[in-house]
Amino acid sequence: MDNELISPRQKEYLKNHRKHHHLVALCRFLAFFLFLVLWEISTSLHWIDAFIFSSPSRILQTMADMSKDHSIFRHTGITLYETLLSFALVVLVSFLTATILWFFGTLSEILEPWLVILNSLPKSALAPLLIVWLGASTRTIIVAGMSVAVFGSIISMYTAFRDTDEEKIKLIYTLGGNRLQVLKNVVIPSSLPSIISILKVNIGLCLVGVIIGEFLAAREGLGYLIIYASQIFKLNYLITALIILCIIAFFLYQGIQKLEHQIRKTRSL
Amino acid sequence: MTPLLEVSHVCHSYHTLSGETLALSDLTFSVDKGEFLVIVGPSGCGKSTLLSLISGLIPVEEGTIRLGHSPLTGYRTNIGYMLQKDHLFEWRTVYRNVLLGLEIQKKETPENLEHVRQLLDDYGLTAFKNARPSELSGGMRQRAALIRTLALNPELLLLDEPFSALDYQTRLNVCDDVYSIIKKEKKTAILVTHDLSEAISMADRILILSSRPARICRILPLHFSRPELTPMQRRQEPEFKDYFNEIWKELTEHGQ
Repeated sequence: MDNELISPRQKEYLKNHRKHHHLVALCRFLAFFLFLVLWEISTSLHWIDAFIFSSPSRILQTMADMSKDHSIFRHTGITLYETLLSFALVVLVSFLTATILWFFGTLSEILEPWLVILNSLPKSALAPLLIVWLGASTRTIIVAGMSVAVFGSIISMYTAFRDTDEEKIKLIYTLGGNRLQVLKNVVIPSSLPSIISILKVNIGLCLVGVIIGEFLAAREGLGYLIIYASQIFKLNYLITALIILCIIAFFLYQGIQKLEHQIRKTRSL
Repeated sequence: MTPLLEVSHVCHSYHTLSGETLALSDLTFSVDKGEFLVIVGPSGCGKSTLLSLISGLIPVEEGTIRLGHSPLTGYRTNIGYMLQKDHLFEWRTVYRNVLLGLEIQKKETPENLEHVRQLLDDYGLTAFKNARPSELSGGMRQRAALIRTLALNPELLLLDEPFSALDYQTRLNVCDDVYSIIKKEKKTAILVTHDLSEAISMADRILILSSRPARICRILPLHFSRPELTPMQRRQEPEFKDYFNEIWKELTEHGQ
Protein backbone atom coordinates (compact mmCIF):
# COMPACT_ATOMS: atom_id res chain seq x y z
CA MET A 1 0.00 0.00 0.00
CA ASP A 2 1.14 3.54 -0.69
CA ASN A 3 2.40 5.12 2.51
CA GLU A 4 1.23 8.60 1.58
CA LEU A 5 -2.36 7.44 1.30
CA ILE A 6 -2.50 6.40 4.96
CA SER A 7 -3.82 9.08 7.27
CA PRO A 8 -2.01 9.71 10.58
CA ARG A 9 -4.95 8.22 12.48
CA GLN A 10 -4.87 5.06 10.37
CA LYS A 11 -1.11 4.86 11.02
CA GLU A 12 -1.73 5.23 14.73
CA TYR A 13 -4.35 2.50 14.60
CA LEU A 14 -2.05 0.12 12.71
CA LYS A 15 0.79 0.84 15.13
CA ASN A 16 -1.39 0.11 18.13
CA HIS A 17 -2.65 -3.05 16.52
CA ARG A 18 0.88 -4.28 15.89
CA LYS A 19 1.95 -3.30 19.40
CA HIS A 20 -0.90 -5.28 20.91
CA HIS A 21 -0.05 -8.26 18.71
CA HIS A 22 3.61 -8.24 19.77
CA LEU A 23 2.69 -7.83 23.42
CA VAL A 24 0.47 -10.91 23.33
CA ALA A 25 3.17 -12.97 21.60
CA LEU A 26 5.81 -11.83 24.09
CA CYS A 27 3.63 -12.60 27.11
CA ARG A 28 2.81 -16.05 25.75
CA PHE A 29 6.48 -16.84 25.47
CA LEU A 30 7.30 -15.30 28.86
CA ALA A 31 4.58 -17.28 30.60
CA PHE A 32 6.00 -20.51 29.17
CA PHE A 33 9.56 -19.52 29.95
CA LEU A 34 8.68 -18.50 33.51
CA PHE A 35 6.93 -21.81 34.02
CA LEU A 36 10.04 -23.72 32.90
CA VAL A 37 12.32 -21.66 35.12
CA LEU A 38 10.04 -22.08 38.13
CA TRP A 39 9.82 -25.81 37.47
CA GLU A 40 13.60 -26.15 37.22
CA ILE A 41 14.25 -24.06 40.35
CA SER A 42 11.65 -25.77 42.47
CA THR A 43 13.12 -29.19 41.67
CA SER A 44 16.76 -28.14 42.20
CA LEU A 45 15.85 -26.50 45.54
CA HIS A 46 13.86 -29.64 46.46
CA TRP A 47 10.53 -27.81 46.88
CA ILE A 48 9.08 -30.64 44.81
CA ASP A 49 10.44 -34.11 44.22
CA ALA A 50 12.26 -34.31 40.87
CA PHE A 51 11.75 -38.08 40.82
CA ILE A 52 7.98 -37.62 40.61
CA PHE A 53 7.70 -34.26 38.86
CA SER A 54 10.77 -34.47 36.63
CA SER A 55 12.30 -31.18 35.45
CA PRO A 56 13.06 -29.37 32.18
CA SER A 57 16.75 -30.31 32.30
CA ARG A 58 15.96 -33.97 32.95
CA ILE A 59 13.46 -33.97 30.08
CA LEU A 60 16.07 -32.52 27.72
CA GLN A 61 18.52 -35.16 28.92
CA THR A 62 15.92 -37.90 28.32
CA MET A 63 15.22 -36.57 24.83
CA ALA A 64 18.94 -36.58 24.06
CA ASP A 65 19.33 -40.15 25.36
CA MET A 66 16.33 -41.34 23.38
CA SER A 67 17.58 -39.61 20.24
CA LYS A 68 20.83 -41.50 20.51
CA ASP A 69 19.17 -44.90 20.32
CA HIS A 70 16.50 -43.49 17.91
CA SER A 71 13.72 -44.80 20.13
CA ILE A 72 12.15 -41.33 20.37
CA PHE A 73 11.73 -41.19 16.59
CA ARG A 74 10.36 -44.72 16.45
CA HIS A 75 7.71 -44.10 19.12
CA THR A 76 6.71 -40.71 17.69
CA GLY A 77 6.65 -41.98 14.13
CA ILE A 78 4.45 -44.95 15.02
CA THR A 79 1.94 -42.81 16.89
CA LEU A 80 1.88 -40.23 14.11
CA TYR A 81 1.43 -42.89 11.43
CA GLU A 82 -1.43 -44.56 13.31
CA THR A 83 -3.13 -41.23 13.98
CA LEU A 84 -2.94 -40.04 10.38
CA LEU A 85 -4.11 -43.37 9.01
CA SER A 86 -7.08 -43.58 11.36
CA PHE A 87 -7.90 -39.94 10.61
CA ALA A 88 -7.87 -40.59 6.86
CA LEU A 89 -10.14 -43.61 7.37
CA VAL A 90 -12.51 -41.60 9.59
CA VAL A 91 -12.81 -38.91 6.92
CA LEU A 92 -13.43 -41.49 4.21
CA VAL A 93 -15.91 -43.61 6.15
CA SER A 94 -17.89 -40.69 7.57
CA PHE A 95 -18.08 -38.92 4.22
CA LEU A 96 -19.36 -42.04 2.47
CA THR A 97 -21.79 -42.87 5.26
CA ALA A 98 -23.12 -39.29 5.44
CA THR A 99 -23.65 -39.34 1.67
CA ILE A 100 -25.56 -42.63 1.83
CA LEU A 101 -27.68 -41.36 4.74
CA TRP A 102 -28.45 -38.17 2.80
CA PHE A 103 -29.48 -40.19 -0.25
CA PHE A 104 -31.75 -42.52 1.70
CA GLY A 105 -33.70 -40.40 4.18
CA THR A 106 -35.59 -43.37 5.58
CA LEU A 107 -32.36 -45.23 6.30
CA SER A 108 -31.04 -42.29 8.28
CA GLU A 109 -34.27 -42.17 10.28
CA ILE A 110 -33.88 -45.86 11.10
CA LEU A 111 -30.21 -45.58 12.06
CA GLU A 112 -30.28 -42.27 13.93
CA PRO A 113 -30.85 -43.58 17.49
CA TRP A 114 -28.16 -46.25 17.03
CA LEU A 115 -25.64 -43.69 15.84
CA VAL A 116 -26.40 -41.47 18.83
CA ILE A 117 -25.94 -44.38 21.24
CA LEU A 118 -22.67 -45.48 19.63
CA ASN A 119 -21.46 -41.88 19.68
CA SER A 120 -22.11 -41.43 23.40
CA LEU A 121 -20.57 -44.79 24.34
CA PRO A 122 -17.16 -44.27 26.05
CA LYS A 123 -14.81 -45.66 23.41
CA SER A 124 -12.14 -46.71 25.93
CA ALA A 125 -14.66 -49.35 27.00
CA LEU A 126 -14.49 -50.79 23.49
CA ALA A 127 -10.70 -51.14 23.42
CA PRO A 128 -10.45 -54.43 25.40
CA LEU A 129 -13.07 -55.94 23.10
CA LEU A 130 -11.15 -54.80 20.04
CA ILE A 131 -8.03 -56.54 21.34
CA VAL A 132 -9.93 -59.81 21.63
CA TRP A 133 -11.41 -59.44 18.18
CA LEU A 134 -8.45 -58.09 16.26
CA GLY A 135 -5.44 -59.12 18.38
CA ALA A 136 -2.79 -56.86 19.88
CA SER A 137 -1.70 -55.23 16.65
CA THR A 138 -1.46 -51.95 14.78
CA ARG A 139 -4.85 -52.78 13.25
CA THR A 140 -6.47 -52.70 16.68
CA ILE A 141 -4.92 -49.34 17.47
CA ILE A 142 -6.08 -47.81 14.21
CA VAL A 143 -9.60 -49.12 14.77
CA ALA A 144 -9.50 -47.73 18.33
CA GLY A 145 -8.45 -44.35 16.92
CA MET A 146 -11.31 -44.46 14.43
CA SER A 147 -13.88 -45.58 16.99
CA VAL A 148 -13.47 -42.38 19.02
CA ALA A 149 -14.08 -40.06 16.08
CA VAL A 150 -16.14 -41.84 13.47
CA PHE A 151 -19.68 -41.78 14.89
CA GLY A 152 -19.63 -38.12 15.87
CA SER A 153 -18.10 -37.31 12.53
CA ILE A 154 -20.87 -39.14 10.64
CA ILE A 155 -23.55 -37.34 12.65
CA SER A 156 -22.03 -33.88 12.16
CA MET A 157 -21.36 -34.40 8.49
CA TYR A 158 -24.87 -35.69 7.84
CA THR A 159 -26.30 -32.71 9.75
CA ALA A 160 -24.21 -30.34 7.62
CA PHE A 161 -25.51 -32.04 4.45
CA ARG A 162 -29.09 -31.80 5.66
CA ASP A 163 -28.81 -28.11 6.57
CA THR A 164 -28.29 -27.17 2.92
CA ASP A 165 -30.54 -24.32 1.81
CA GLU A 166 -33.74 -25.91 0.42
CA GLU A 167 -34.10 -23.13 -2.14
CA LYS A 168 -30.64 -23.82 -3.55
CA ILE A 169 -31.64 -27.47 -3.89
CA LYS A 170 -34.85 -26.41 -5.62
CA LEU A 171 -32.76 -24.37 -8.07
CA ILE A 172 -30.96 -27.51 -9.24
CA TYR A 173 -34.30 -29.26 -9.74
CA THR A 174 -35.65 -26.27 -11.73
CA LEU A 175 -32.61 -26.59 -13.99
CA GLY A 176 -33.59 -30.20 -14.61
CA GLY A 177 -31.07 -31.82 -12.24
CA ASN A 178 -31.42 -35.05 -10.26
CA ARG A 179 -30.48 -35.90 -6.68
CA LEU A 180 -26.90 -36.82 -7.54
CA GLN A 181 -26.42 -33.42 -9.18
CA VAL A 182 -27.92 -31.74 -6.12
CA LEU A 183 -25.30 -33.54 -4.04
CA LYS A 184 -22.44 -32.63 -6.34
CA ASN A 185 -23.37 -29.05 -7.13
CA VAL A 186 -24.93 -27.79 -3.91
CA VAL A 187 -24.75 -30.08 -0.90
CA ILE A 188 -21.02 -30.85 -0.90
CA PRO A 189 -19.73 -27.40 -1.90
CA SER A 190 -21.95 -25.61 0.59
CA SER A 191 -21.03 -28.04 3.42
CA LEU A 192 -17.29 -27.63 2.85
CA PRO A 193 -16.75 -25.08 5.67
CA SER A 194 -18.54 -27.39 8.14
CA ILE A 195 -16.57 -30.37 6.87
CA ILE A 196 -13.32 -28.54 7.60
CA SER A 197 -14.35 -27.74 11.17
CA ILE A 198 -15.36 -31.40 11.60
CA LEU A 199 -11.86 -32.38 10.46
CA LYS A 200 -10.35 -30.00 13.03
CA VAL A 201 -12.21 -31.70 15.87
CA ASN A 202 -11.54 -35.20 14.61
CA ILE A 203 -7.80 -35.07 14.15
CA GLY A 204 -7.55 -34.48 17.91
CA LEU A 205 -10.04 -37.26 18.68
CA CYS A 206 -8.10 -39.74 16.54
CA LEU A 207 -4.98 -38.99 18.57
CA VAL A 208 -6.95 -39.69 21.76
CA GLY A 209 -8.17 -43.01 20.36
CA VAL A 210 -4.73 -44.07 19.20
CA ILE A 211 -3.22 -43.38 22.64
CA ILE A 212 -6.01 -45.41 24.29
CA GLY A 213 -5.26 -48.24 21.87
CA GLU A 214 -1.53 -48.03 22.54
CA PHE A 215 -2.12 -48.16 26.31
CA LEU A 216 -3.61 -51.60 25.89
CA ALA A 217 -2.27 -53.22 22.79
CA ALA A 218 1.10 -51.88 21.75
CA ARG A 219 4.80 -52.67 21.90
CA GLU A 220 5.74 -49.23 20.62
CA GLY A 221 4.31 -45.73 20.27
CA LEU A 222 3.95 -42.86 22.71
CA GLY A 223 0.94 -44.43 24.46
CA TYR A 224 3.00 -47.56 25.09
CA LEU A 225 5.89 -45.42 26.31
CA ILE A 226 3.61 -43.64 28.81
CA ILE A 227 2.25 -46.91 30.26
CA TYR A 228 5.67 -48.56 30.31
CA ALA A 229 7.30 -45.54 32.00
CA SER A 230 4.58 -45.34 34.65
CA GLN A 231 4.96 -49.04 35.47
CA ILE A 232 8.70 -48.82 35.98
CA PHE A 233 8.39 -45.37 37.56
CA LYS A 234 10.54 -43.60 35.01
CA LEU A 235 8.61 -40.36 35.09
CA ASN A 236 11.15 -38.50 32.97
CA TYR A 237 10.11 -40.72 30.09
CA LEU A 238 6.44 -40.27 30.83
CA ILE A 239 6.55 -36.49 30.86
CA THR A 240 8.79 -36.42 27.77
CA ALA A 241 6.17 -38.50 25.95
CA LEU A 242 3.45 -36.07 27.08
CA ILE A 243 5.39 -33.12 25.75
CA ILE A 244 5.92 -34.82 22.40
CA LEU A 245 2.17 -35.48 22.30
CA CYS A 246 1.50 -31.77 22.85
CA ILE A 247 3.82 -30.95 19.96
CA ILE A 248 2.15 -33.54 17.69
CA ALA A 249 -1.33 -32.21 18.53
CA PHE A 250 -0.19 -28.68 17.77
CA PHE A 251 1.26 -29.58 14.37
CA LEU A 252 -1.70 -31.74 13.33
CA TYR A 253 -4.04 -28.84 14.09
CA GLN A 254 -1.77 -26.46 12.20
CA GLY A 255 -1.81 -28.82 9.24
CA ILE A 256 -5.60 -28.75 9.04
CA GLN A 257 -5.58 -24.99 9.40
CA LYS A 258 -3.16 -24.73 6.47
CA LEU A 259 -5.53 -26.93 4.46
CA GLU A 260 -8.48 -24.72 5.40
CA HIS A 261 -6.58 -21.63 4.37
CA GLN A 262 -5.71 -23.22 1.04
CA ILE A 263 -9.31 -24.23 0.34
CA ARG A 264 -10.68 -20.79 1.25
CA LYS A 265 -8.14 -19.17 -1.03
CA THR A 266 -8.96 -21.30 -4.08
CA ARG A 267 -12.71 -21.02 -3.53
CA SER A 268 -12.93 -17.24 -3.36
CA LEU A 269 -10.16 -16.30 -5.72
CA MET B 1 -54.05 -20.82 -32.50
CA THR B 2 -53.73 -23.15 -29.54
CA PRO B 3 -52.39 -21.45 -26.44
CA LEU B 4 -48.87 -22.34 -25.25
CA LEU B 5 -50.02 -23.29 -21.78
CA GLU B 6 -53.43 -24.55 -20.74
CA VAL B 7 -54.32 -25.03 -17.10
CA SER B 8 -57.72 -26.63 -16.62
CA HIS B 9 -59.61 -27.42 -13.42
CA VAL B 10 -56.48 -27.71 -11.31
CA CYS B 11 -56.99 -28.27 -7.58
CA HIS B 12 -54.25 -28.76 -5.04
CA SER B 13 -54.17 -29.47 -1.30
CA TYR B 14 -51.43 -29.51 1.31
CA HIS B 15 -51.32 -32.64 3.45
CA THR B 16 -50.17 -32.55 7.05
CA LEU B 17 -50.84 -34.90 9.98
CA SER B 18 -53.36 -32.44 11.39
CA GLY B 19 -55.36 -32.47 8.18
CA GLU B 20 -55.76 -31.42 4.60
CA THR B 21 -55.81 -27.78 3.46
CA LEU B 22 -57.21 -26.86 0.09
CA ALA B 23 -54.74 -24.39 -1.48
CA LEU B 24 -55.85 -24.08 -5.09
CA SER B 25 -59.42 -24.58 -6.10
CA ASP B 26 -60.52 -25.25 -9.68
CA LEU B 27 -58.12 -22.97 -11.59
CA THR B 28 -58.61 -22.70 -15.35
CA PHE B 29 -56.66 -20.31 -17.55
CA SER B 30 -54.37 -20.26 -20.55
CA VAL B 31 -51.32 -18.36 -21.72
CA ASP B 32 -50.62 -17.51 -25.36
CA LYS B 33 -47.22 -17.59 -26.97
CA GLY B 34 -45.28 -14.39 -26.33
CA GLU B 35 -47.69 -13.24 -23.63
CA PHE B 36 -46.70 -11.81 -20.24
CA LEU B 37 -49.14 -13.02 -17.60
CA VAL B 38 -48.89 -11.72 -14.05
CA ILE B 39 -50.56 -13.54 -11.18
CA VAL B 40 -51.41 -11.42 -8.13
CA GLY B 41 -53.06 -12.45 -4.91
CA PRO B 42 -52.79 -12.08 -1.16
CA SER B 43 -49.63 -13.57 0.35
CA GLY B 44 -49.91 -17.24 1.24
CA CYS B 45 -52.69 -17.90 -1.26
CA GLY B 46 -50.70 -20.54 -3.14
CA LYS B 47 -49.16 -18.54 -5.98
CA SER B 48 -45.78 -20.23 -5.67
CA THR B 49 -47.47 -23.64 -5.46
CA LEU B 50 -49.15 -22.90 -8.78
CA LEU B 51 -45.76 -22.21 -10.39
CA SER B 52 -44.32 -25.40 -8.91
CA LEU B 53 -47.25 -27.32 -10.41
CA ILE B 54 -46.76 -25.73 -13.84
CA SER B 55 -43.03 -26.47 -13.78
CA GLY B 56 -43.72 -30.08 -12.81
CA LEU B 57 -41.75 -29.91 -9.55
CA ILE B 58 -44.88 -31.08 -7.70
CA PRO B 59 -47.21 -33.60 -9.34
CA VAL B 60 -50.69 -32.41 -10.29
CA GLU B 61 -53.32 -34.06 -8.10
CA GLU B 62 -56.43 -33.00 -9.92
CA GLY B 63 -57.00 -31.37 -13.31
CA THR B 64 -54.59 -31.09 -16.22
CA ILE B 65 -51.79 -28.78 -17.29
CA ARG B 66 -50.84 -28.86 -20.95
CA LEU B 67 -47.78 -27.28 -22.50
CA GLY B 68 -48.18 -27.13 -26.28
CA HIS B 69 -50.06 -30.33 -26.99
CA SER B 70 -48.72 -32.70 -24.40
CA PRO B 71 -49.91 -32.94 -20.80
CA LEU B 72 -47.22 -32.36 -18.19
CA THR B 73 -45.59 -35.29 -16.48
CA GLY B 74 -42.51 -34.67 -14.39
CA TYR B 75 -40.09 -31.81 -14.79
CA ARG B 76 -39.93 -30.31 -18.25
CA THR B 77 -36.72 -28.75 -19.44
CA ASN B 78 -38.52 -26.34 -21.78
CA ILE B 79 -39.75 -24.42 -18.77
CA GLY B 80 -37.41 -21.94 -17.07
CA TYR B 81 -38.01 -21.16 -13.42
CA MET B 82 -36.64 -18.10 -11.65
CA LEU B 83 -36.73 -18.16 -7.87
CA GLN B 84 -37.09 -15.31 -5.38
CA LYS B 85 -33.38 -15.09 -4.70
CA ASP B 86 -30.74 -15.36 -7.39
CA HIS B 87 -28.93 -18.25 -5.59
CA LEU B 88 -25.72 -17.69 -7.50
CA PHE B 89 -23.12 -20.03 -6.02
CA GLU B 90 -20.21 -18.26 -4.39
CA TRP B 91 -17.89 -21.18 -5.16
CA ARG B 92 -18.35 -20.68 -8.90
CA THR B 93 -17.45 -17.73 -11.10
CA VAL B 94 -20.29 -15.78 -12.73
CA TYR B 95 -19.66 -17.60 -16.00
CA ARG B 96 -19.74 -21.04 -14.38
CA ASN B 97 -22.92 -20.06 -12.53
CA VAL B 98 -24.57 -19.11 -15.79
CA LEU B 99 -23.53 -22.43 -17.31
CA LEU B 100 -24.95 -24.46 -14.39
CA GLY B 101 -28.14 -25.48 -16.23
CA LEU B 102 -26.32 -26.52 -19.40
CA GLU B 103 -23.79 -28.43 -17.30
CA ILE B 104 -26.52 -30.29 -15.41
CA GLN B 105 -28.33 -31.23 -18.61
CA LYS B 106 -25.03 -31.98 -20.36
CA LYS B 107 -25.85 -29.58 -23.17
CA GLU B 108 -22.60 -27.63 -23.35
CA THR B 109 -22.62 -27.68 -27.16
CA PRO B 110 -20.78 -24.99 -29.16
CA GLU B 111 -24.13 -23.44 -30.21
CA ASN B 112 -25.37 -23.21 -26.62
CA LEU B 113 -22.06 -21.78 -25.39
CA GLU B 114 -22.21 -19.21 -28.18
CA HIS B 115 -25.78 -18.36 -27.11
CA VAL B 116 -24.60 -17.80 -23.53
CA ARG B 117 -21.71 -15.65 -24.76
CA GLN B 118 -24.19 -13.57 -26.75
CA LEU B 119 -26.51 -13.19 -23.74
CA LEU B 120 -23.65 -12.11 -21.46
CA ASP B 121 -22.54 -9.63 -24.10
CA ASP B 122 -26.05 -8.24 -24.71
CA TYR B 123 -26.80 -7.75 -21.06
CA GLY B 124 -23.49 -6.28 -19.96
CA LEU B 125 -21.96 -9.11 -17.97
CA THR B 126 -19.06 -10.13 -20.21
CA ALA B 127 -16.63 -8.00 -18.20
CA PHE B 128 -17.70 -9.85 -15.04
CA LYS B 129 -17.48 -13.36 -16.46
CA ASN B 130 -14.66 -14.38 -14.15
CA ALA B 131 -15.83 -12.40 -11.11
CA ARG B 132 -17.37 -14.01 -8.02
CA PRO B 133 -21.11 -13.38 -7.52
CA SER B 134 -20.37 -11.32 -4.37
CA GLU B 135 -18.60 -8.76 -6.55
CA LEU B 136 -21.79 -8.02 -8.53
CA SER B 137 -24.51 -5.51 -7.67
CA GLY B 138 -28.01 -6.74 -6.86
CA GLY B 139 -29.24 -5.89 -10.35
CA MET B 140 -26.34 -7.64 -12.07
CA ARG B 141 -26.89 -10.74 -9.94
CA GLN B 142 -30.52 -10.88 -11.02
CA ARG B 143 -29.51 -10.49 -14.65
CA ALA B 144 -26.96 -13.30 -14.24
CA ALA B 145 -29.71 -15.48 -12.74
CA LEU B 146 -31.97 -14.70 -15.70
CA ILE B 147 -29.23 -15.57 -18.17
CA ARG B 148 -28.71 -18.86 -16.29
CA THR B 149 -32.40 -19.59 -16.94
CA LEU B 150 -32.36 -18.36 -20.56
CA ALA B 151 -29.24 -20.40 -21.37
CA LEU B 152 -31.48 -23.48 -21.54
CA ASN B 153 -33.66 -21.73 -24.11
CA PRO B 154 -37.00 -22.34 -22.34
CA GLU B 155 -40.32 -21.86 -24.12
CA LEU B 156 -41.99 -20.65 -20.98
CA LEU B 157 -40.48 -18.59 -18.15
CA LEU B 158 -41.85 -18.78 -14.63
CA LEU B 159 -40.84 -15.92 -12.33
CA ASP B 160 -41.56 -16.32 -8.63
CA GLU B 161 -41.35 -12.80 -7.13
CA PRO B 162 -37.88 -12.41 -8.63
CA PHE B 163 -37.48 -8.84 -7.38
CA SER B 164 -38.69 -9.25 -3.82
CA ALA B 165 -35.18 -9.58 -2.36
CA LEU B 166 -34.00 -6.27 -3.88
CA ASP B 167 -34.18 -2.75 -2.46
CA TYR B 168 -36.77 -0.45 -4.02
CA GLN B 169 -34.54 1.51 -6.38
CA THR B 170 -32.71 -1.55 -7.70
CA ARG B 171 -36.05 -3.25 -8.00
CA LEU B 172 -37.43 -0.66 -10.42
CA ASN B 173 -34.29 -0.84 -12.55
CA VAL B 174 -34.10 -4.63 -12.57
CA CYS B 175 -37.79 -4.78 -13.42
CA ASP B 176 -37.12 -2.69 -16.55
CA ASP B 177 -34.07 -4.79 -17.37
CA VAL B 178 -35.74 -8.15 -17.02
CA TYR B 179 -38.84 -7.01 -18.87
CA SER B 180 -36.84 -5.79 -21.85
CA ILE B 181 -34.76 -8.97 -21.91
CA ILE B 182 -37.86 -11.16 -21.89
CA LYS B 183 -39.52 -9.11 -24.64
CA LYS B 184 -36.36 -9.04 -26.72
CA GLU B 185 -35.89 -12.80 -26.46
CA LYS B 186 -39.61 -13.18 -27.31
CA LYS B 187 -40.30 -15.38 -24.32
CA THR B 188 -43.64 -16.28 -22.83
CA ALA B 189 -43.63 -15.48 -19.13
CA ILE B 190 -45.71 -15.98 -16.01
CA LEU B 191 -44.75 -13.73 -13.11
CA VAL B 192 -46.05 -14.11 -9.60
CA THR B 193 -46.06 -11.11 -7.28
CA HIS B 194 -48.00 -9.42 -4.52
CA ASP B 195 -46.83 -5.97 -5.64
CA LEU B 196 -49.72 -4.49 -7.65
CA SER B 197 -47.66 -1.69 -9.23
CA GLU B 198 -45.12 -4.21 -10.43
CA ALA B 199 -47.91 -6.35 -11.90
CA ILE B 200 -49.51 -3.47 -13.81
CA SER B 201 -46.18 -2.19 -15.07
CA MET B 202 -45.26 -5.50 -16.71
CA ALA B 203 -48.36 -7.53 -17.56
CA ASP B 204 -50.30 -8.10 -20.75
CA ARG B 205 -52.96 -9.74 -18.61
CA ILE B 206 -53.35 -9.94 -14.84
CA LEU B 207 -54.83 -12.96 -13.14
CA ILE B 208 -56.23 -12.08 -9.73
CA LEU B 209 -56.44 -14.85 -7.14
CA SER B 210 -58.51 -14.82 -3.97
CA SER B 211 -57.10 -15.72 -0.56
CA ARG B 212 -56.81 -19.41 0.36
CA PRO B 213 -58.26 -21.57 -1.10
CA ALA B 214 -57.19 -19.62 -4.18
CA ARG B 215 -59.82 -19.16 -6.88
CA ILE B 216 -59.59 -16.99 -9.97
CA CYS B 217 -61.42 -13.74 -9.13
CA ARG B 218 -60.83 -12.20 -12.46
CA ILE B 219 -58.57 -12.15 -15.50
CA LEU B 220 -57.92 -8.55 -16.48
CA PRO B 221 -56.38 -7.65 -19.85
CA LEU B 222 -54.40 -4.39 -19.76
CA HIS B 223 -54.57 -1.83 -22.53
CA PHE B 224 -52.43 1.28 -22.57
CA SER B 225 -53.18 3.97 -25.16
CA ARG B 226 -49.45 4.29 -25.89
CA PRO B 227 -48.00 0.94 -26.97
CA GLU B 228 -44.51 -0.47 -26.33
CA LEU B 229 -43.93 1.12 -22.96
CA THR B 230 -41.27 0.03 -20.50
CA PRO B 231 -42.48 -0.84 -16.99
CA MET B 232 -41.09 2.49 -15.76
CA GLN B 233 -42.97 4.46 -18.45
CA ARG B 234 -46.18 2.60 -17.75
CA ARG B 235 -46.09 3.84 -14.18
CA GLN B 236 -46.56 7.39 -15.47
CA GLU B 237 -49.54 6.63 -17.72
CA PRO B 238 -53.07 7.73 -16.67
CA GLU B 239 -54.40 4.16 -17.07
CA PHE B 240 -51.94 2.94 -14.43
CA LYS B 241 -53.86 4.48 -11.51
CA ASP B 242 -57.22 3.23 -12.81
CA TYR B 243 -55.97 -0.34 -13.12
CA PHE B 244 -54.42 -0.09 -9.68
CA ASN B 245 -57.73 0.94 -8.13
CA GLU B 246 -59.63 -1.71 -10.03
CA ILE B 247 -57.34 -4.52 -8.87
CA TRP B 248 -57.20 -3.14 -5.35
CA LYS B 249 -60.99 -3.19 -5.19
CA GLU B 250 -61.11 -6.72 -6.56
CA LEU B 251 -58.57 -7.94 -3.99
CA THR B 252 -60.22 -6.29 -0.99
CA GLU B 253 -63.63 -7.68 -1.98
CA HIS B 254 -62.42 -11.25 -2.41
CA GLY B 255 -59.41 -11.10 -0.11
CA GLN B 256 -61.27 -11.74 3.11
